[in-house]
Amino acid sequence: MMSNNGVNFAPFWHNGPAPGSFYNFPQNNIKSNSAIDEYGFQRNGGPITTGTSIVGVKYDKGVIIAGDKLVSYGNLARYHNVDRVFKINENIILGMSGDYADFQFIKQYIDEIILSDFSADDRIVLKPKDLYTWLTRVLYNRRSRFNPLWLDMVVGGMQGEEPFLGHINIRGRSYTNDVISTGYGTHLALPLLREYSEKGPLNEETAQQLIQKSMEVLFYRDCRGYPKYSQANINANGVTVSDHEVKQNWDLALSIKGY
Amino acid sequence: MFRNQYDSDVTVWSPQGRIHQVEYAMEAVKLGSATVGLKSKDYAVLIALKRATSELSAHQQKILRIDDHIGISMAGITADARVLCRYMRQECINHKYSYGRNHPVGRLINLLGLKMQTCPSANFYDCKAMAIGARSQSARTYLEKHLNEFKDCNLSDLINHGVRAFAGTLPNETKLNNKNLSICVVGKNYKFHCLDETELEKYITAEIVGTQPTSSASDSSEVGVGRTERHGEEQPPTLNPQDPTPAEPATEDRRMQ
Repeated sequence: MMSNNGVNFAPFWHNGPAPGSFYNFPQNNIKSNSAIDEYGFQRNGGPITTGTSIVGVKYDKGVIIAGDKLVSYGNLARYHNVDRVFKINENIILGMSGDYADFQFIKQYIDEIILSDFSADDRIVLKPKDLYTWLTRVLYNRRSRFNPLWLDMVVGGMQGEEPFLGHINIRGRSYTNDVISTGYGTHLALPLLREYSEKGPLNEETAQQLIQKSMEVLFYRDCRGYPKYSQANINANGVTVSDHEVKQNWDLALSIKGY
Repeated sequence: MFRNQYDSDVTVWSPQGRIHQVEYAMEAVKLGSATVGLKSKDYAVLIALKRATSELSAHQQKILRIDDHIGISMAGITADARVLCRYMRQECINHKYSYGRNHPVGRLINLLGLKMQTCPSANFYDCKAMAIGARSQSARTYLEKHLNEFKDCNLSDLINHGVRAFAGTLPNETKLNNKNLSICVVGKNYKFHCLDETELEKYITAEIVGTQPTSSASDSSEVGVGRTERHGEEQPPTLNPQDPTPAEPATEDRRMQ
């Protein structure tokens, strides 16, 4: 039985469990990987259908994560009204950018963890830091196999009383911060967010305004942007996921001449 | 003579609805030396008598550390306990690597599907206090009597209670010393650790002198069983006169601890 990053532990008895056999990471088992056929091994060649930036802001009592509702196929705005920000459980919210198929793949496993927490019925639930660690491990594991999951993810939530905000990239590099963004957001939204967050802890209202401003800037400047966006807000009162739209103003367009 | 027809395999049931092989295995556990576990609201303590297989050998370990927050004590076949120990250590380390936190104890035991208390039968119990192994009944009697005092005990009182419960299980010619006694503690913000010889000496002296734990006030009410919750089957049934009793097990088995 192959498990645990290829380290082989013998099962305890015939057909019985082996140490670590319950904690396999997704597709850990190379031998049973269906990507191997007579032509060799197929790796992830790059993202196909993608979501663009995610923006996350931590405020004094909670976290807001927002992302637009578009999934692109190259430059084509292929799928509209797709959620890219999710409530995972009562403690965790998650935003994804990168390959949407890879996200759907990993989301199945996350939901499995949540379901087994529910089934155990022992009031032990996944916390944001746990999911953040787990995603870091899984993404690093996959990049080490030269077959990365093409994802940039933002995990937010309540770690007990404390708000938590972390970022995991395609290579399994991760960090936590007060403001986080992925994709074009790192260039367009992050300078804006930092200008405010570095002055001290934000309150919910300012965080809300910052997110709104960031999504507006991203819509105007990111060519894979979209005016509709969803945002998840988590604090001691629970999670709310809501849909919003950027208020557009094209008055400026009339003054552009000469093209 | 009369032979039991229904103990040929673990999958064979007797007409009385019992699995004799499992019951034999549970009898075998009683050959191991006694071990006591008890807890207050902040600490859990394991106490065990270590045996040496001969005059020349060192004492065999009875209490094994699984992780910073878990340890096990065993009565029965040492080699089997080590197998389970290896399994639990591996699970804990995997969990810590995957999720960055300790493996919840209840989940681990669930995963193990096996003993927190006795039982090759794979029943497990969440206990306020428990004693298993040879002559452990006297310890259980003590624990039941003082059950209500444990909750608010400080650490040294809790250990004193444990040692006193434990002392009743000792074989006649055995005296407690810092070589054959083993005490391990785990608690809130207190990593699993086994007391060293000087610390052990302190509790042994306290036992011999007969110091009462400071908080010992009420032993008025006889408390019932110490279980808060029970999973799985009913208590192991008492022997039915119709069933042939298992033969008296051999007392000298070197694998037993």
